[in-house]
Amino acid sequence: MTEERKKPVKRPRVGMPEQDPGQRIRNFKEVPFGYTSEMAIREAERCLGCKARECVAGCPVEVDIPRMIELVRDGKFLEAYRVVRETNSLPAICGRVCPQEEQCEIKCLLGRKGEPVAIGRIERFVADYAMQRGEAELDRPRPRQGRVAIVGSGPAGLTAAGDLAKLGYQVTVFEALHAPGGVLMYGIPEFRLPKDIVHAEVNLLRAMGVDLQLNVVVGRTLTVDELMKDGYQAVFLGTGAGLPTFMSIPGETLNGVYSANEFLTRTNLMKAYLFPEHDTPIKAGRRVAVVGAGNVAMDSVRCAIRLGAEAGIIVYRRSEAEMPARKEEIHHAVDEGVVFRTLTNPVRILGDERGWVKALECIRMELGEPDASGRRRPIPIAGSEFTMEVDTVVMALGTSPNPIIHQTTPGLEVNRWGCLVADETTGLTTRPMVYAGGDAVTGAATVILAMGAGKRAAVAIHRELENL
Amino acid sequence: MFKIAERRDLTPVTKLFRVQAPLVARKAQPGQFVIVRVREQGERIPLTIAGYDREKGTITVVVQEVGKTSGLACRLEEGQGFPDLAGPLGRPAEPLLIKTGRAITVGGGFGVAPILPIAGLLRQWGVKVTSIIGARTADLLILEDELAAVSDEVLVATDDGSRGTHGFVTQVLQDLIDKGQRIDQVIAIGPMAMMRAVAGVTQAPGLATLVSVDPVMVDGTGMCGACRLTVAGEVKFACVDGPLFDAHQVDFDEQVRRGKMYAVEEKRALEACRCGGGHQ
Repeated sequence: MTEERKKPVKRPRVGMPEQDPGQRIRNFKEVPFGYTSEMAIREAERCLGCKARECVAGCPVEVDIPRMIELVRDGKFLEAYRVVRETNSLPAICGRVCPQEEQCEIKCLLGRKGEPVAIGRIERFVADYAMQRGEAELDRPRPRQGRVAIVGSGPAGLTAAGDLAKLGYQVTVFEALHAPGGVLMYGIPEFRLPKDIVHAEVNLLRAMGVDLQLNVVVGRTLTVDELMKDGYQAVFLGTGAGLPTFMSIPGETLNGVYSANEFLTRTNLMKAYLFPEHDTPIKAGRRVAVVGAGNVAMDSVRCAIRLGAEAGIIVYRRSEAEMPARKEEIHHAVDEGVVFRTLTNPVRILGDERGWVKALECIRMELGEPDASGRRRPIPIAGSEFTMEVDTVVMALGTSPNPIIHQTTPGLEVNRWGCLVADETTGLTTRPMVYAGGDAVTGAATVILAMGAGKRAAVAIHRELENL
Repeated sequence: MFKIAERRDLTPVTKLFRVQAPLVARKAQPGQFVIVRVREQGERIPLTIAGYDREKGTITVVVQEVGKTSGLACRLEEGQGFPDLAGPLGRPAEPLLIKTGRAITVGGGFGVAPILPIAGLLRQWGVKVTSIIGARTADLLILEDELAAVSDEVLVATDDGSRGTHGFVTQVLQDLIDKGQRIDQVIAIGPMAMMRAVAGVTQAPGLATLVSVDPVMVDGTGMCGACRLTVAGEVKFACVDGPLFDAHQVDFDEQVRRGKMYAVEEKRALEACRCGGGHQ
């Protein structure tokens, strides 16, 4: 590039306007409004345009972030969008739900002294800008020999599908539910990731030639072997980590106890917040305890508040410092009036005479020596039991992969946590031409890590198919 | 869309649908179920498979009108269809069935429908099948001829005595037991109260008994846990561990109670759409 790069402007990070907490707890509309063009340009002007390009290394799908920012700074938003789309099939989603603070933004040189460039917000702006103007569609690629079956339409599957379709392969995505998107649809709430955005991203993949088959439960309706027999040369398993975890404490089958999966699926995928216009009901309760402190727990408790709960309580056995949720999500929850009961662990759920939850008995905890995860181990304080009055309990204790696929696919190995065994760089499983990535391999993690895995598998599948 | 190839009105509130679902028909086995939605804003409900034709690519389900969703389903006509249908889900009955001697099937209400393919399977193995069916009144009895075709005998009970034994299916079953006839296994499918009563009757003589539970489900693939039930003191998911379980190990009280979890909402939904009311 001959043109001299414009000098960075020193100024604080441009804030993103958002719905006022008092207002947003009464609706499911998206909390942050996103940058305007002016805001995006002003934020882009902060970028140092450094040689190190560490931000790109921090991005699991290797978006050319400096180039994107440079184009935004120059007001070339659609060009910026094309740069992002080169490597990222779902930019409007990533701009919203990626933990940028621990991926690209943590690497930003500006962050050493002050605040890093708001890469996520810029990415979101760029994607929304292109979509709103109907300019997000890519040219249909030249077809190439080769059929690939993608199992699961979550972030890993959609990314693999997008990347393979971009190369010209015939790609079919099989989804067990009635709507595509996986965790993007059933898990992440509307106020964090509007479902119209998911539909729009999926439709862009369709426009590239990706075929979507809904209501197909691979492992039941069809098996992996049948897919191979049907002429798919490669299969990618992006089946996620869908199995809920319960605590195995007394009272877990009382009415009013939910897995976070069920609570979120009813709310998000089934739109229980629009009951009875939508047919699926939910019992949000008056006082809702959510056990756990990850992103899923924050999503659950924030849904509960919007569904009308007077009190949303996070019950977590460690201290605030160990909470696995994104800081931003914890802040949002705090702003919305969520109560945090840390160093507190449930021991049983108490029911009334009709079998409904009436209270949660907990024990207070203290932190001991660090455990295998490096976090200090929580230890119960003897005799410190107490009860808290609640009418709904949501268990948000993590999830594990669904065994349906490996139980029905001979030769497909899993580790002792039930995760599919797959090569870290290629995603190749213990079956030839069967690849896997995302939560199905790692256990519950993030959208962007799943996308990274989908991307790597697509590269590996391409390499194999080219040599066929 | 999953097109309805045939609709039969079994009673004023019970409809049979033969639905085009070739992939499901190819795999369906007795004991399994499908999840359907009846409209774009619809909830996901399980329907037990009452039959399948692998060549024609159809499966058969029977729906009884009890609430909004089942009410909407019962209004679907031939040529229309279910926007969504996924399956076959759940464990097949086959490994749980005793393949010799004599089996008694007990079908209450529209529970007769899922009994059909199970009776057929038993018959194929040469098991002698006695089928007991019951309903409130004679007009509500369903699929009697179909069941007769796969049973050695069909015994009928009605609450009002309008057909067969005046009383419950459990009385008919009790009579068979009292007569000291050989019974190797009992398979009961119907309302929770009926299955619990059957479990009660077969407990003392120690007769192996299976029931098919029908709890609220959302995804139907083990993801949500809405269908939790306690079996032999252990929490199971009906969708992946069942729906057939050992009747003597199921905590029926818990199931009855969990079945009422959305009673208020179900009523509200029905009133909001005024689509039900077929049930007197």
